[in-house]
Amino acid sequence: MAQITADNHGLRLVVRYTVLGLIALMFVFPLVFMLMSSLKPDAQLLSDTRSLRAFLPVGDISLDNYFDAFRRAPVGLFIFNSVVVTGITVVLSLMVCSAAAFAFVFVDWRGRELVLTLILATLIVPFETIAIPLLLIASKLPWLGLDGLSYGWLNSYQVQIIPFVADGLTIFLFVQYFKDLPGELIEAARVEGASWWQVYRRIVMPLAGPVLATAAILKFLAMYNQYLWPLMVVQEETYRPVMVGLQYFFQLNRAWGEIMAYLSLITVPVLAFYLFLQRAFIASIASTGVKG
Amino acid sequence: MASKFTRSNATGWMMAGPAAALMALFIVLPFIFAIGFSFTNQRLISPNPTQFVGLSNYSQLLGVGLLVLEPEKDEAGSVLRTDDGSLTYPALRGFTRNNPDYPQFDGMREWFSLSLGENRIYVLARDVVFIKAIVNTVIFVMVVAPLQGGLALVLALLINQKLRGINFFRAVYFMPVVVSIVVVSLLWRFIYDGQSGLLNNLLGALTFGAFPRIDWLGNPNTALGAIIAMSIWQAVGFHMVIWLSGLQTISPSLYEAAAIEGASPWQTFRYVTWPGLRNTAVLVLIVITMQAFALFAQIDVMTSGGPLDSTQTIVFQAVERGYGKQDISGGSTISVILFVFVLAISLLQRWLTREKK
Repeated sequence: MAQITADNHGLRLVVRYTVLGLIALMFVFPLVFMLMSSLKPDAQLLSDTRSLRAFLPVGDISLDNYFDAFRRAPVGLFIFNSVVVTGITVVLSLMVCSAAAFAFVFVDWRGRELVLTLILATLIVPFETIAIPLLLIASKLPWLGLDGLSYGWLNSYQVQIIPFVADGLTIFLFVQYFKDLPGELIEAARVEGASWWQVYRRIVMPLAGPVLATAAILKFLAMYNQYLWPLMVVQEETYRPVMVGLQYFFQLNRAWGEIMAYLSLITVPVLAFYLFLQRAFIASIASTGVKG
Repeated sequence: MASKFTRSNATGWMMAGPAAALMALFIVLPFIFAIGFSFTNQRLISPNPTQFVGLSNYSQLLGVGLLVLEPEKDEAGSVLRTDDGSLTYPALRGFTRNNPDYPQFDGMREWFSLSLGENRIYVLARDVVFIKAIVNTVIFVMVVAPLQGGLALVLALLINQKLRGINFFRAVYFMPVVVSIVVVSLLWRFIYDGQSGLLNNLLGALTFGAFPRIDWLGNPNTALGAIIAMSIWQAVGFHMVIWLSGLQTISPSLYEAAAIEGASPWQTFRYVTWPGLRNTAVLVLIVITMQAFALFAQIDVMTSGGPLDSTQTIVFQAVERGYGKQDISGGSTISVILFVFVLAISLLQRWLTREKK
């Protein structure tokens, strides 16, 4: 056995940090490449891939690709659509799922066990297995809009929002969290004469900060990054979200610099948001693993 | 805490009702429809009424057959050989096109064939593309589940060290998880490109140009592997975090006890860490399996199922038929087959990793 000396310890630290650092490089290099390439003209972008210049902001650097991307496609509209769909879904989902979980944990009602079991059972049904029949259902559903009753939800905001408002995972997260709140508190409030709405609004929800953050982050990621569903139900560009909007850049000629600019544009805000709230993001993923 | 103050049927249904109704309409109903449509010829838009067709969607997708052909012989009974000495066999189409003696092979095509002695064995499939999609998806799952789960555990153990700045590395390893798989797939097309791809350039530089350039996504031998590597790269951070939360539930006193007993790092892992991770392991494997079976976006962005159907997958086929060809019944049948796979594998994993009494 080697003696633990200062040198030995120092050497070990160097080895450890080197290993950690090399792995970190593997995870960031495509993202660095994306950002740097978005600043370069196509010819330079391609020739730079032959050296480490691919990862450096060198040569003919400009924001031209970003301006050209906006000229090529209605990028602002796509981003707006994604923000609308993601934002509304997250808010509705938090309200609907927290209310349901509240009923499952604190309220005693007939059918509670059965409904909760059914909802949790949906966790083993991947979205991909229901997407096709859901497409048919969505194409026939009625909608009461500003210009009267119409049938078929294809090409709309609601088709991207409403099917994703309630889901088993979000309800499960709220149920797990509510179970750890002191039930006596709720019962005491009821005895004091508080209405159910007051208990939910004034007692439970103010205590639910952490689970609200978790559920919001997971829903945000799922919705913003959604691809398969909007690909099938949104053909009109009026309602097209960012991930499907990519198609634009592959028609006609392929301008890689513009593609990289577009990718950066739709990715960097999410990455910045993540780095800013890093602990909350990681905690939210970890909480999906609790108690399986 | 059942008391008259917490009991209220009206409140329960009112608060759980919206979620229950939405999930009934958008998850349970389509799930039941998928099963129902799989026995019909439902289309997205059709002038003709939908008809019940029994199991024909399933036999159309899953029908396989085995045909053993003997080499052609002359009248004396000795085998005929071509000029270069190879054997000749009767044409396959004689058996698969309107041959009243072999109705079971009608409409089938060759999936693959192999030689056994002088005979040639043909494995036929009614829908070769779909059978390939199943095989590719199963390969993808079988490779990704253990590899991604294992690498995620290694990363979690690395990140679980007490080191200054370790949170920075954790944040970086997790970063690809928040990036859309669509964005990732496009970026990696650049890495895998046959001309100016970063991977080819890197391999070329490391071997001083000895490594031949490969069009990773354009070559049927490498395309699926390339997609596997990228998928692991993107999602491994997710499962690292789940392992990490499992690691942190293990009591530090167990590690102290192991250190006092003089356990080696491997022994500590084997007898302290791993037993404490059993439930996490089941969860990680099931989650990866479910995600892996759903493989779609990578295929759609990178290869569209090619080259030579080497990256066809079950979900890609479901979308191509259900949406692309507006064949709802075909897409639904594939969805049901996918669900059966997911369910079977989840149950199997749960059983294999059960607590042994």
